[in-house]
Amino acid sequence: MAPELRPRLILALLLVVALALPPLLGALGQGFYVGFAARVLIMALAALSLDLVMGLGGMVSFGHAAFLGVGAYVVGIGSWHVFDGSPLPFGLPGSENALIVWPLAMVFSGLTALGIGAISLRTSGVHFIMITLAFAQMLFYLAGGLKTYGGDDGITLYNRSELLGLKLSDPQTFYYLCLGILVVALAALLRLRASRFGMVLRGVRDNERRMRALGFPTYRYKLAAFVLSGMVCGLAGALLANASEFASPALMSWQKSGELLVMVVLGGMGSLVGPVLGAVALMALEEGLADLTQHWQVILGPLLLVLALSARRGLWGLLRGRRDHD
Amino acid sequence: MTEPLLHTKGLVKRFGGVVATNHVDLQVERGHLHALIGPNGAGKSTLIGQLSGEMAPDAGRIHFDGHDVTGLHVHRRARLGLARSFQITSIFKTFSVLANVTLAVQAHQGHSFRFWRPALGDTALTGPALSALERVGLADRARDPASALSHGERRQLELAMALAGDPVMLLLDEPMAGMGPDDGLRMVELLASLKGERTILLVEHDMDAVFQLADRISVLVYGAVIASGTPDAIRADEQVRQAYLGEDR
Repeated sequence: MAPELRPRLILALLLVVALALPPLLGALGQGFYVGFAARVLIMALAALSLDLVMGLGGMVSFGHAAFLGVGAYVVGIGSWHVFDGSPLPFGLPGSENALIVWPLAMVFSGLTALGIGAISLRTSGVHFIMITLAFAQMLFYLAGGLKTYGGDDGITLYNRSELLGLKLSDPQTFYYLCLGILVVALAALLRLRASRFGMVLRGVRDNERRMRALGFPTYRYKLAAFVLSGMVCGLAGALLANASEFASPALMSWQKSGELLVMVVLGGMGSLVGPVLGAVALMALEEGLADLTQHWQVILGPLLLVLALSARRGLWGLLRGRRDHD
Repeated sequence: MTEPLLHTKGLVKRFGGVVATNHVDLQVERGHLHALIGPNGAGKSTLIGQLSGEMAPDAGRIHFDGHDVTGLHVHRRARLGLARSFQITSIFKTFSVLANVTLAVQAHQGHSFRFWRPALGDTALTGPALSALERVGLADRARDPASALSHGERRQLELAMALAGDPVMLLLDEPMAGMGPDDGLRMVELLASLKGERTILLVEHDMDAVFQLADRISVLVYGAVIASGTPDAIRADEQVRQAYLGEDR
Protein backbone atom coordinates (compact mmCIF):
# COMPACT_ATOMS: atom_id res chain seq x y z
CA MET A 1 0.00 0.00 0.00
CA ALA A 2 2.71 2.44 -0.97
CA PRO A 3 1.26 5.92 -1.20
CA GLU A 4 0.66 6.58 -4.83
CA LEU A 5 2.65 9.41 -6.24
CA ARG A 6 0.59 10.45 -9.20
CA PRO A 7 -2.66 11.38 -7.44
CA ARG A 8 -0.70 13.27 -4.82
CA LEU A 9 1.20 15.24 -7.44
CA ILE A 10 -2.00 16.11 -9.25
CA LEU A 11 -3.62 17.25 -6.00
CA ALA A 12 -0.60 19.40 -5.14
CA LEU A 13 -0.66 20.92 -8.60
CA LEU A 14 -4.37 21.67 -8.34
CA LEU A 15 -3.84 23.33 -4.99
CA VAL A 16 -1.08 25.52 -6.41
CA VAL A 17 -3.35 26.54 -9.29
CA ALA A 18 -6.17 27.31 -6.88
CA LEU A 19 -3.85 29.41 -4.71
CA ALA A 20 -2.48 31.32 -7.69
CA LEU A 21 -5.84 31.89 -9.32
CA PRO A 22 -6.92 35.27 -7.86
CA PRO A 23 -3.65 37.13 -8.59
CA LEU A 24 -3.57 35.48 -11.98
CA LEU A 25 -7.10 36.60 -12.82
CA GLY A 26 -6.23 40.05 -11.50
CA ALA A 27 -3.18 40.27 -13.75
CA LEU A 28 -5.30 39.25 -16.73
CA GLY A 29 -7.81 41.95 -15.89
CA GLN A 30 -10.47 39.33 -15.20
CA GLY A 31 -10.85 40.07 -11.49
CA PHE A 32 -14.60 39.70 -11.82
CA TYR A 33 -14.12 35.96 -12.03
CA VAL A 34 -12.74 35.68 -8.49
CA GLY A 35 -16.29 35.83 -7.15
CA PHE A 36 -17.34 33.17 -9.62
CA ALA A 37 -14.38 31.01 -8.59
CA ALA A 38 -15.46 31.27 -4.94
CA ARG A 39 -18.94 30.06 -5.91
CA VAL A 40 -17.32 27.12 -7.70
CA LEU A 41 -15.42 26.21 -4.53
CA ILE A 42 -18.63 26.40 -2.51
CA MET A 43 -20.52 24.14 -4.89
CA ALA A 44 -17.52 21.81 -4.79
CA LEU A 45 -17.95 21.65 -1.01
CA ALA A 46 -21.62 20.78 -1.48
CA ALA A 47 -20.79 18.12 -4.07
CA LEU A 48 -18.16 16.74 -1.70
CA SER A 49 -20.78 16.42 1.02
CA LEU A 50 -23.08 14.57 -1.37
CA ASP A 51 -20.28 12.16 -2.26
CA LEU A 52 -19.98 11.22 1.39
CA VAL A 53 -23.45 9.65 1.32
CA MET A 54 -23.69 8.78 -2.36
CA GLY A 55 -20.18 7.68 -3.25
CA LEU A 56 -19.10 6.15 0.04
CA GLY A 57 -22.43 5.02 1.44
CA GLY A 58 -24.34 4.24 -1.75
CA MET A 59 -27.24 6.49 -0.73
CA VAL A 60 -28.28 8.45 -3.80
CA SER A 61 -29.81 11.60 -2.35
CA PHE A 62 -31.82 13.65 -4.81
CA GLY A 63 -32.58 16.25 -2.19
CA HIS A 64 -29.25 17.61 -1.09
CA ALA A 65 -30.10 21.11 -2.24
CA ALA A 66 -32.41 21.23 0.78
CA PHE A 67 -29.40 21.44 3.10
CA LEU A 68 -27.80 24.06 0.90
CA GLY A 69 -30.99 26.06 1.28
CA VAL A 70 -31.32 25.58 5.03
CA GLY A 71 -27.73 26.75 5.53
CA ALA A 72 -28.30 29.79 3.33
CA TYR A 73 -31.57 30.68 5.07
CA VAL A 74 -29.98 30.56 8.51
CA VAL A 75 -27.45 33.17 7.38
CA GLY A 76 -30.15 35.13 5.54
CA ILE A 77 -32.57 35.16 8.48
CA GLY A 78 -29.81 36.08 10.93
CA SER A 79 -28.87 39.02 8.76
CA TRP A 80 -32.48 40.05 8.14
CA HIS A 81 -33.10 40.43 11.86
CA VAL A 82 -29.96 42.49 12.29
CA PHE A 83 -31.21 44.87 9.62
CA ASP A 84 -34.81 44.83 10.78
CA GLY A 85 -33.97 45.03 14.47
CA SER A 86 -36.81 42.67 15.37
CA PRO A 87 -36.03 39.70 17.58
CA LEU A 88 -36.08 36.07 16.55
CA PRO A 89 -38.22 33.55 18.47
CA PHE A 90 -37.27 33.28 22.17
CA GLY A 91 -36.24 36.93 22.02
CA LEU A 92 -32.91 36.15 20.41
CA PRO A 93 -31.35 38.92 18.36
CA GLY A 94 -30.27 38.53 14.74
CA SER A 95 -26.60 38.02 14.05
CA GLU A 96 -24.06 38.40 11.30
CA ASN A 97 -21.22 36.89 13.29
CA ALA A 98 -19.90 33.98 11.25
CA LEU A 99 -18.75 32.18 14.39
CA ILE A 100 -22.36 32.07 15.53
CA VAL A 101 -24.30 31.91 12.29
CA TRP A 102 -22.24 29.38 10.35
CA PRO A 103 -22.19 26.74 13.10
CA LEU A 104 -25.93 27.39 13.49
CA ALA A 105 -26.35 26.79 9.76
CA MET A 106 -24.61 23.45 10.24
CA VAL A 107 -26.74 22.59 13.26
CA PHE A 108 -30.00 23.34 11.48
CA SER A 109 -29.06 21.53 8.28
CA GLY A 110 -27.81 18.63 10.40
CA LEU A 111 -31.15 18.47 12.22
CA THR A 112 -32.95 18.65 8.90
CA ALA A 113 -30.79 15.79 7.65
CA LEU A 114 -31.58 13.85 10.82
CA GLY A 115 -35.30 14.19 10.18
CA ILE A 116 -35.11 13.43 6.47
CA GLY A 117 -32.58 10.64 6.94
CA ALA A 118 -34.41 8.94 9.80
CA ILE A 119 -37.39 8.41 7.53
CA SER A 120 -35.89 7.98 4.07
CA LEU A 121 -33.13 5.60 5.18
CA ARG A 122 -35.79 3.05 5.99
CA THR A 123 -36.01 2.61 2.24
CA SER A 124 -33.31 2.20 -0.37
CA GLY A 125 -32.69 2.42 -4.09
CA VAL A 126 -35.27 4.27 -6.16
CA HIS A 127 -37.52 4.81 -3.15
CA PHE A 128 -34.74 6.56 -1.31
CA ILE A 129 -34.17 8.84 -4.30
CA MET A 130 -37.87 9.69 -4.47
CA ILE A 131 -38.29 10.34 -0.76
CA THR A 132 -35.26 12.62 -0.50
CA LEU A 133 -36.58 14.49 -3.52
CA ALA A 134 -40.01 14.78 -1.93
CA PHE A 135 -38.56 16.19 1.30
CA ALA A 136 -36.48 18.74 -0.59
CA GLN A 137 -39.57 19.83 -2.55
CA MET A 138 -41.48 20.25 0.70
CA LEU A 139 -38.76 22.51 2.07
CA PHE A 140 -38.65 24.38 -1.23
CA TYR A 141 -42.33 25.27 -0.95
CA LEU A 142 -42.02 25.93 2.76
CA ALA A 143 -39.26 28.47 2.09
CA GLY A 144 -41.38 30.04 -0.65
CA GLY A 145 -44.16 30.44 1.90
CA LEU A 146 -42.05 32.39 4.40
CA LYS A 147 -43.71 35.73 3.67
CA THR A 148 -41.67 37.55 6.32
CA TYR A 149 -38.49 36.49 4.59
CA GLY A 150 -39.43 37.46 1.07
CA GLY A 151 -41.48 34.41 0.06
CA ASP A 152 -40.49 33.25 -3.40
CA ASP A 153 -38.15 36.21 -3.81
CA GLY A 154 -35.98 35.23 -0.87
CA ILE A 155 -33.82 37.40 1.36
CA THR A 156 -31.19 39.85 0.27
CA LEU A 157 -28.25 40.09 2.64
CA TYR A 158 -27.26 43.64 3.48
CA ASN A 159 -23.93 42.51 4.82
CA ARG A 160 -21.76 39.47 4.52
CA SER A 161 -21.03 37.61 7.72
CA GLU A 162 -18.30 38.94 9.99
CA LEU A 163 -15.43 36.61 10.69
CA LEU A 164 -12.72 37.71 13.13
CA GLY A 165 -12.25 41.06 11.45
CA LEU A 166 -11.69 39.53 8.00
CA LYS A 167 -13.11 41.55 5.16
CA LEU A 168 -15.35 38.94 3.58
CA SER A 169 -16.76 41.51 1.18
CA ASP A 170 -13.35 41.51 -0.45
CA PRO A 171 -13.62 38.85 -3.20
CA GLN A 172 -10.03 37.64 -2.73
CA THR A 173 -10.33 37.21 1.03
CA PHE A 174 -13.62 35.40 0.60
CA TYR A 175 -12.13 33.18 -2.11
CA TYR A 176 -9.22 32.12 0.06
CA LEU A 177 -11.53 31.46 3.00
CA CYS A 178 -13.68 29.19 0.82
CA LEU A 179 -10.57 27.46 -0.48
CA GLY A 180 -9.33 26.88 3.06
CA ILE A 181 -12.64 25.41 4.18
CA LEU A 182 -12.83 23.17 1.12
CA VAL A 183 -9.29 21.88 1.59
CA VAL A 184 -9.88 21.15 5.28
CA ALA A 185 -13.19 19.41 4.54
CA LEU A 186 -11.65 17.35 1.74
CA ALA A 187 -8.67 16.31 3.85
CA ALA A 188 -10.91 15.38 6.78
CA LEU A 189 -13.26 13.33 4.62
CA LEU A 190 -10.37 11.56 2.89
CA ARG A 191 -9.18 10.65 6.35
CA LEU A 192 -12.67 9.52 7.31
CA ARG A 193 -12.88 7.40 4.16
CA ALA A 194 -10.05 5.18 5.41
CA SER A 195 -11.26 5.10 9.02
CA ARG A 196 -13.40 2.43 10.62
CA PHE A 197 -16.47 4.54 9.98
CA GLY A 198 -15.50 4.96 6.32
CA MET A 199 -14.95 1.22 5.96
CA VAL A 200 -18.42 0.56 7.32
CA LEU A 201 -19.98 3.04 4.89
CA ARG A 202 -18.24 1.52 1.90
CA GLY A 203 -19.16 -1.94 3.10
CA VAL A 204 -22.80 -0.88 3.22
CA ARG A 205 -22.53 0.47 -0.32
CA ASP A 206 -21.09 -2.81 -1.59
CA ASN A 207 -23.31 -5.23 0.30
CA GLU A 208 -25.55 -4.07 3.11
CA ARG A 209 -27.02 -7.50 3.76
CA ARG A 210 -23.56 -8.90 4.35
CA MET A 211 -22.74 -6.02 6.69
CA ARG A 212 -25.71 -6.88 8.88
CA ALA A 213 -24.72 -10.54 8.86
CA LEU A 214 -21.27 -9.51 10.04
CA GLY A 215 -22.86 -7.76 12.99
CA PHE A 216 -23.11 -4.12 11.93
CA PRO A 217 -26.28 -2.18 12.78
CA THR A 218 -26.12 -0.48 9.39
CA TYR A 219 -29.00 1.98 9.83
CA ARG A 220 -27.29 4.10 12.48
CA TYR A 221 -24.07 4.37 10.46
CA LYS A 222 -25.97 5.43 7.38
CA LEU A 223 -27.93 7.97 9.39
CA ALA A 224 -24.75 9.37 10.96
CA ALA A 225 -23.19 9.78 7.52
CA PHE A 226 -26.34 11.44 6.23
CA VAL A 227 -26.37 13.94 9.10
CA LEU A 228 -22.66 14.70 8.71
CA SER A 229 -23.18 15.19 5.00
CA GLY A 230 -26.13 17.51 5.66
CA MET A 231 -24.01 19.59 8.02
CA VAL A 232 -21.20 20.03 5.50
CA CYS A 233 -23.74 20.89 2.82
CA GLY A 234 -25.32 23.39 5.21
CA LEU A 235 -21.96 25.08 5.66
CA ALA A 236 -21.73 25.29 1.87
CA GLY A 237 -25.17 26.90 1.93
CA ALA A 238 -24.05 29.48 4.49
CA LEU A 239 -21.07 30.33 2.31
CA LEU A 240 -23.23 30.46 -0.79
CA ALA A 241 -25.57 32.96 0.84
CA ASN A 242 -22.52 35.12 1.51
CA ALA A 243 -21.17 34.68 -2.00
CA SER A 244 -24.37 35.81 -3.69
CA GLU A 245 -25.52 37.97 -0.75
CA PHE A 246 -28.84 36.30 -1.25
CA ALA A 247 -30.87 33.33 -0.01
CA SER A 248 -33.90 32.13 -1.93
CA PRO A 249 -36.04 29.01 -2.36
CA ALA A 250 -34.33 28.45 -5.75
CA LEU A 251 -31.35 27.10 -3.81
CA MET A 252 -33.52 24.15 -2.74
CA SER A 253 -34.96 23.40 -6.16
CA TRP A 254 -34.66 19.89 -7.57
CA GLN A 255 -32.55 21.28 -10.39
CA LYS A 256 -29.96 22.27 -7.82
CA SER A 257 -30.01 18.78 -6.33
CA GLY A 258 -29.63 17.39 -9.83
CA GLU A 259 -26.68 19.67 -10.50
CA LEU A 260 -24.94 18.28 -7.41
CA LEU A 261 -25.60 14.73 -8.59
CA VAL A 262 -24.09 15.54 -11.98
CA MET A 263 -21.01 17.03 -10.34
CA VAL A 264 -20.47 13.90 -8.27
CA VAL A 265 -20.94 11.47 -11.14
CA LEU A 266 -18.96 13.60 -13.59
CA GLY A 267 -16.03 13.88 -11.22
CA GLY A 268 -16.03 10.28 -10.02
CA MET A 269 -18.29 8.87 -7.34
CA GLY A 270 -16.73 7.76 -4.07
CA SER A 271 -13.37 9.37 -4.69
CA LEU A 272 -14.23 12.60 -2.79
CA VAL A 273 -11.64 14.44 -4.90
CA GLY A 274 -13.65 13.72 -8.04
CA PRO A 275 -16.80 15.67 -7.10
CA VAL A 276 -14.63 18.73 -6.45
CA LEU A 277 -13.26 18.42 -9.98
CA GLY A 278 -16.76 17.71 -11.23
CA ALA A 279 -18.02 20.96 -9.73
CA VAL A 280 -15.17 22.92 -11.31
CA ALA A 281 -15.65 21.26 -14.69
CA LEU A 282 -19.44 21.63 -14.78
CA MET A 283 -19.52 25.26 -13.69
CA ALA A 284 -16.60 26.25 -15.91
CA LEU A 285 -18.28 24.56 -18.86
CA GLU A 286 -21.58 26.32 -18.15
CA GLU A 287 -19.86 29.65 -17.83
CA GLY A 288 -17.64 29.16 -20.89
CA LEU A 289 -20.37 27.84 -23.13
CA ALA A 290 -22.82 30.53 -22.06
CA ASP A 291 -20.30 33.09 -23.36
CA LEU A 292 -20.25 31.32 -26.72
CA THR A 293 -23.95 30.92 -27.33
CA GLN A 294 -27.23 31.30 -25.52
CA HIS A 295 -28.09 27.75 -26.51
CA TRP A 296 -25.18 26.44 -24.47
CA GLN A 297 -27.19 23.58 -23.03
CA VAL A 298 -27.33 22.01 -26.49
CA ILE A 299 -23.56 21.63 -26.30
CA LEU A 300 -23.32 20.81 -22.59
CA GLY A 301 -25.79 17.92 -22.73
CA PRO A 302 -23.98 15.79 -25.33
CA LEU A 303 -20.64 16.68 -23.76
CA LEU A 304 -21.77 15.28 -20.39
CA LEU A 305 -23.14 12.24 -22.17
CA VAL A 306 -19.80 11.51 -23.80
CA LEU A 307 -17.97 12.00 -20.51
CA ALA A 308 -20.36 9.76 -18.60
CA LEU A 309 -20.03 7.00 -21.20
CA SER A 310 -16.28 7.18 -21.75
CA ALA A 311 -15.07 7.78 -18.21
CA ARG A 312 -17.07 5.57 -15.92
CA ARG A 313 -14.93 6.49 -12.96
CA GLY A 314 -15.25 10.14 -13.77
CA LEU A 315 -12.68 12.85 -14.32
CA TRP A 316 -10.66 11.85 -11.28
CA GLY A 317 -10.57 8.28 -12.56
CA LEU A 318 -9.10 9.55 -15.83
CA LEU A 319 -6.54 11.74 -14.10
CA ARG A 320 -5.32 9.40 -11.42
CA GLY A 321 -5.09 6.34 -13.64
CA ARG A 322 -5.04 2.96 -11.92
CA ARG A 323 -7.93 1.97 -9.75
CA ASP A 324 -7.27 1.84 -6.03
CA HIS A 325 -8.13 -0.97 -3.65
CA ASP A 326 -7.91 -0.82 0.09
CA MET B 1 -26.76 -33.71 29.53
CA THR B 2 -25.89 -30.14 28.79
CA GLU B 3 -28.19 -27.76 27.01
CA PRO B 4 -27.68 -27.73 23.23
CA LEU B 5 -25.95 -24.59 21.92
CA LEU B 6 -28.69 -23.94 19.41
CA HIS B 7 -32.16 -25.31 19.51
CA THR B 8 -35.41 -24.44 17.84
CA LYS B 9 -38.87 -25.33 19.03
CA GLY B 10 -41.83 -25.65 16.71
CA LEU B 11 -40.39 -23.35 14.08
CA VAL B 12 -42.88 -22.55 11.31
CA LYS B 13 -42.46 -20.39 8.22
CA ARG B 14 -45.09 -20.11 5.51
CA PHE B 15 -44.90 -18.44 2.12
CA GLY B 16 -48.49 -18.12 1.02
CA GLY B 17 -49.80 -21.69 0.95
CA VAL B 18 -46.36 -23.27 1.05
CA VAL B 19 -45.04 -24.39 4.42
CA ALA B 20 -41.29 -23.88 4.00
CA THR B 21 -40.51 -24.70 7.61
CA ASN B 22 -42.85 -27.16 9.24
CA HIS B 23 -42.60 -27.39 13.03
CA VAL B 24 -38.86 -27.83 13.10
CA ASP B 25 -37.25 -28.87 16.37
CA LEU B 26 -33.54 -28.75 15.75
CA GLN B 27 -30.85 -29.31 18.35
CA VAL B 28 -27.21 -28.57 17.69
CA GLU B 29 -24.88 -29.70 20.47
CA ARG B 30 -21.95 -27.56 21.47
CA GLY B 31 -18.80 -28.57 19.60
CA HIS B 32 -20.62 -30.65 17.01
CA LEU B 33 -20.48 -30.39 13.28
CA HIS B 34 -24.12 -30.78 12.49
CA ALA B 35 -25.10 -31.21 8.87
CA LEU B 36 -28.45 -30.26 7.43
CA ILE B 37 -29.31 -32.07 4.25
CA GLY B 38 -32.36 -32.39 2.09
CA PRO B 39 -33.44 -32.23 -1.55
CA ASN B 40 -33.70 -28.93 -3.40
CA GLY B 41 -36.63 -26.93 -2.14
CA ALA B 42 -36.68 -28.71 1.21
CA GLY B 43 -36.38 -25.36 2.98
CA LYS B 44 -32.75 -25.47 4.07
CA SER B 45 -31.97 -21.87 3.15
CA THR B 46 -35.23 -20.70 4.69
CA LEU B 47 -34.27 -22.39 7.93
CA ILE B 48 -30.77 -20.87 7.87
CA GLY B 49 -32.38 -17.50 7.16
CA GLN B 50 -34.49 -17.79 10.30
CA LEU B 51 -31.57 -18.94 12.43
CA SER B 52 -29.42 -16.02 11.30
CA GLY B 53 -32.30 -13.60 11.72
CA GLU B 54 -32.88 -12.46 8.15
CA MET B 55 -36.33 -14.01 8.16
CA ALA B 56 -38.82 -13.97 11.00
CA PRO B 57 -40.55 -17.29 11.74
CA ASP B 58 -44.35 -17.33 11.83
CA ALA B 59 -44.29 -19.49 14.94
CA GLY B 60 -41.82 -21.15 17.27
CA ARG B 61 -38.74 -20.07 19.19
CA ILE B 62 -35.02 -20.08 18.56
CA HIS B 63 -32.58 -20.37 21.46
CA PHE B 64 -28.89 -19.76 21.09
CA ASP B 65 -26.27 -20.00 23.80
CA GLY B 66 -28.78 -19.44 26.57
CA HIS B 67 -30.59 -16.55 24.87
CA ASP B 68 -33.97 -16.52 23.22
CA VAL B 69 -32.93 -14.89 19.96
CA THR B 70 -36.23 -15.29 18.09
CA GLY B 71 -36.89 -11.56 17.94
CA LEU B 72 -33.30 -10.36 17.63
CA HIS B 73 -32.00 -8.53 14.58
CA VAL B 74 -29.37 -10.10 12.35
CA HIS B 75 -26.60 -7.89 13.67
CA ARG B 76 -27.47 -8.64 17.30
CA ARG B 77 -27.26 -12.38 16.70
CA ALA B 78 -23.94 -11.92 14.91
CA ARG B 79 -22.67 -10.09 17.97
CA LEU B 80 -23.73 -12.99 20.17
CA GLY B 81 -21.36 -15.16 18.15
CA LEU B 82 -23.57 -16.60 15.46
CA ALA B 83 -21.71 -16.12 12.18
CA ARG B 84 -22.92 -17.17 8.78
CA SER B 85 -21.54 -17.62 5.32
CA PHE B 86 -23.69 -17.27 2.25
CA GLN B 87 -24.63 -19.77 -0.39
CA ILE B 88 -24.05 -17.18 -3.08
CA THR B 89 -20.65 -15.66 -2.46
CA SER B 90 -21.19 -12.42 -0.68
CA ILE B 91 -17.96 -10.50 -0.36
CA PHE B 92 -17.04 -6.84 -0.76
CA LYS B 93 -15.69 -6.74 -4.28
CA THR B 94 -14.20 -3.27 -4.26
CA PHE B 95 -12.16 -4.11 -1.15
CA SER B 96 -8.93 -6.00 -0.89
CA VAL B 97 -9.00 -9.51 0.52
CA LEU B 98 -7.54 -8.22 3.76
CA ALA B 99 -10.05 -5.37 4.01
CA ASN B 100 -12.91 -7.85 3.66
CA VAL B 101 -11.75 -9.77 6.70
CA THR B 102 -10.74 -6.61 8.56
CA LEU B 103 -14.33 -5.45 8.27
CA ALA B 104 -15.48 -8.73 9.76
CA VAL B 105 -13.08 -8.29 12.70
CA GLN B 106 -14.19 -4.69 13.13
CA ALA B 107 -17.81 -5.78 13.56
CA HIS B 108 -16.84 -7.42 16.83
CA GLN B 109 -14.71 -4.67 18.31
CA GLY B 110 -17.31 -2.31 19.65
CA HIS B 111 -18.85 0.56 17.72
CA SER B 112 -17.35 1.93 14.53
CA PHE B 113 -17.97 5.62 15.13
CA ARG B 114 -14.26 6.17 14.75
CA PHE B 115 -13.53 8.71 12.11
CA TRP B 116 -9.83 9.39 12.16
CA ARG B 117 -7.46 6.44 12.38
CA PRO B 118 -7.07 4.45 9.16
CA ALA B 119 -8.65 1.04 9.77
CA LEU B 120 -6.14 -0.83 7.65
CA GLY B 121 -3.24 0.64 9.60
CA ASP B 122 -4.68 -0.68 12.85
CA THR B 123 -3.05 -3.96 13.89
CA ALA B 124 -5.87 -4.59 16.35
CA LEU B 125 -7.95 -5.20 13.20
CA THR B 126 -5.46 -6.49 10.67
CA GLY B 127 -3.79 -8.90 13.09
CA PRO B 128 -6.83 -11.12 13.67
CA ALA B 129 -7.79 -10.64 10.02
CA LEU B 130 -4.45 -11.98 8.83
CA SER B 131 -4.61 -14.99 11.12
CA ALA B 132 -8.12 -15.79 9.83
CA LEU B 133 -6.74 -15.59 6.28
CA GLU B 134 -3.87 -17.85 7.25
CA ARG B 135 -6.34 -20.31 8.70
CA VAL B 136 -8.15 -20.69 5.38
CA GLY B 137 -4.95 -20.55 3.33
CA LEU B 138 -5.43 -17.15 1.72
CA ALA B 139 -2.73 -15.16 3.52
CA ASP B 140 -0.63 -14.75 0.38
CA ARG B 141 -3.59 -13.10 -1.39
CA ALA B 142 -4.23 -10.56 1.38
CA ARG B 143 -3.30 -7.49 -0.68
CA ASP B 144 -5.13 -8.54 -3.83
CA PRO B 145 -8.51 -7.09 -4.71
CA ALA B 146 -11.28 -9.48 -3.69
CA SER B 147 -12.64 -9.29 -7.23
CA ALA B 148 -9.46 -10.99 -8.49
CA LEU B 149 -10.07 -14.19 -6.51
CA SER B 150 -11.18 -17.40 -8.17
CA HIS B 151 -14.52 -18.88 -7.22
CA GLY B 152 -12.94 -21.36 -4.84
CA GLU B 153 -10.85 -18.67 -3.20
CA ARG B 154 -13.93 -16.51 -2.71
CA ARG B 155 -15.54 -19.37 -0.83
CA GLN B 156 -12.43 -19.53 1.35
CA LEU B 157 -12.66 -15.80 1.91
CA GLU B 158 -16.30 -16.21 2.95
CA LEU B 159 -15.19 -18.65 5.58
CA ALA B 160 -12.35 -16.41 6.75
CA MET B 161 -14.87 -13.60 7.23
CA ALA B 162 -17.14 -15.86 9.24
CA LEU B 163 -14.19 -16.97 11.37
CA ALA B 164 -12.76 -13.49 11.85
CA GLY B 165 -15.24 -12.51 14.53
CA ASP B 166 -14.22 -15.51 16.64
CA PRO B 167 -17.78 -16.86 16.53
CA VAL B 168 -19.27 -19.41 18.87
CA MET B 169 -21.12 -21.01 16.01
CA LEU B 170 -20.87 -21.04 12.23
CA LEU B 171 -23.85 -21.32 9.91
CA LEU B 172 -22.34 -22.44 6.64
CA ASP B 173 -24.71 -22.38 3.69
CA GLU B 174 -23.24 -24.66 1.02
CA PRO B 175 -19.60 -23.63 1.40
CA MET B 176 -18.63 -25.98 -1.42
CA ALA B 177 -21.25 -24.81 -3.91
CA GLY B 178 -19.83 -24.59 -7.41
CA MET B 179 -16.35 -25.72 -6.40
CA GLY B 180 -14.17 -27.98 -8.49
CA PRO B 181 -12.85 -31.23 -7.00
CA ASP B 182 -9.53 -29.73 -5.85
CA ASP B 183 -11.09 -26.71 -4.14
CA GLY B 184 -13.76 -28.96 -2.69
CA LEU B 185 -11.14 -31.23 -1.18
CA ARG B 186 -9.35 -28.27 0.36
CA MET B 187 -12.62 -27.02 1.86
CA VAL B 188 -13.34 -30.45 3.36
CA GLU B 189 -9.90 -30.43 4.97
CA LEU B 190 -10.53 -26.96 6.27
CA LEU B 191 -13.88 -27.87 7.76
CA ALA B 192 -12.36 -31.00 9.29
CA SER B 193 -9.73 -28.81 10.95
CA LEU B 194 -12.45 -26.57 12.39
CA LYS B 195 -14.41 -29.51 13.70
CA GLY B 196 -14.46 -29.65 17.48
CA GLU B 197 -13.10 -26.15 17.71
CA ARG B 198 -16.31 -24.43 16.65
CA THR B 199 -19.89 -25.54 16.59
CA ILE B 200 -20.93 -25.72 12.95
CA LEU B 201 -24.26 -26.08 11.22
CA LEU B 202 -23.43 -27.13 7.69
CA VAL B 203 -25.84 -27.10 4.77
CA GLU B 204 -24.27 -29.05 1.95
CA HIS B 205 -25.20 -31.03 -1.14
CA ASP B 206 -21.99 -33.00 -1.34
CA MET B 207 -23.01 -36.20 0.43
CA ASP B 208 -19.50 -37.63 0.59
CA ALA B 209 -18.34 -34.55 2.44
CA VAL B 210 -21.35 -34.52 4.74
CA PHE B 211 -21.06 -38.15 5.79
CA GLN B 212 -17.32 -37.78 6.22
CA LEU B 213 -17.49 -34.67 8.37
CA ALA B 214 -20.69 -34.64 10.37
CA ASP B 215 -21.21 -35.70 13.96
CA ARG B 216 -24.94 -35.41 13.52
CA ILE B 217 -27.13 -35.12 10.44
CA SER B 218 -30.65 -33.79 10.21
CA VAL B 219 -32.69 -34.49 7.10
CA LEU B 220 -35.15 -31.88 5.94
CA VAL B 221 -37.93 -32.82 3.51
CA TYR B 222 -40.79 -30.49 2.61
CA GLY B 223 -39.83 -28.22 5.48
CA ALA B 224 -39.95 -30.91 8.15
CA VAL B 225 -37.13 -32.77 9.86
CA ILE B 226 -37.82 -36.41 9.04
CA ALA B 227 -34.74 -37.83 10.73
CA SER B 228 -31.91 -36.70 12.92
CA GLY B 229 -28.96 -38.74 14.15
CA THR B 230 -25.44 -39.97 13.55
CA PRO B 231 -24.28 -40.50 9.97
CA ASP B 232 -24.60 -44.26 10.42
CA ALA B 233 -28.12 -43.98 11.76
CA ILE B 234 -29.11 -41.68 8.90
CA ARG B 235 -27.58 -44.00 6.32
CA ALA B 236 -29.62 -46.85 7.72
CA ASP B 237 -32.87 -44.93 8.08
CA GLU B 238 -35.57 -46.34 5.82
CA GLN B 239 -37.52 -43.12 5.58
CA VAL B 240 -34.45 -41.18 4.56
CA ARG B 241 -33.47 -43.71 1.95
CA GLN B 242 -36.91 -43.49 0.40
CA ALA B 243 -37.51 -39.82 0.67
CA TYR B 244 -34.12 -38.47 -0.02
CA LEU B 245 -31.29 -40.76 -0.96
CA GLY B 246 -33.51 -41.94 -3.77
CA GLU B 247 -32.99 -45.67 -3.44
CA ASP B 248 -35.98 -47.62 -4.58
CA ARG B 249 -36.58 -50.97 -3.11
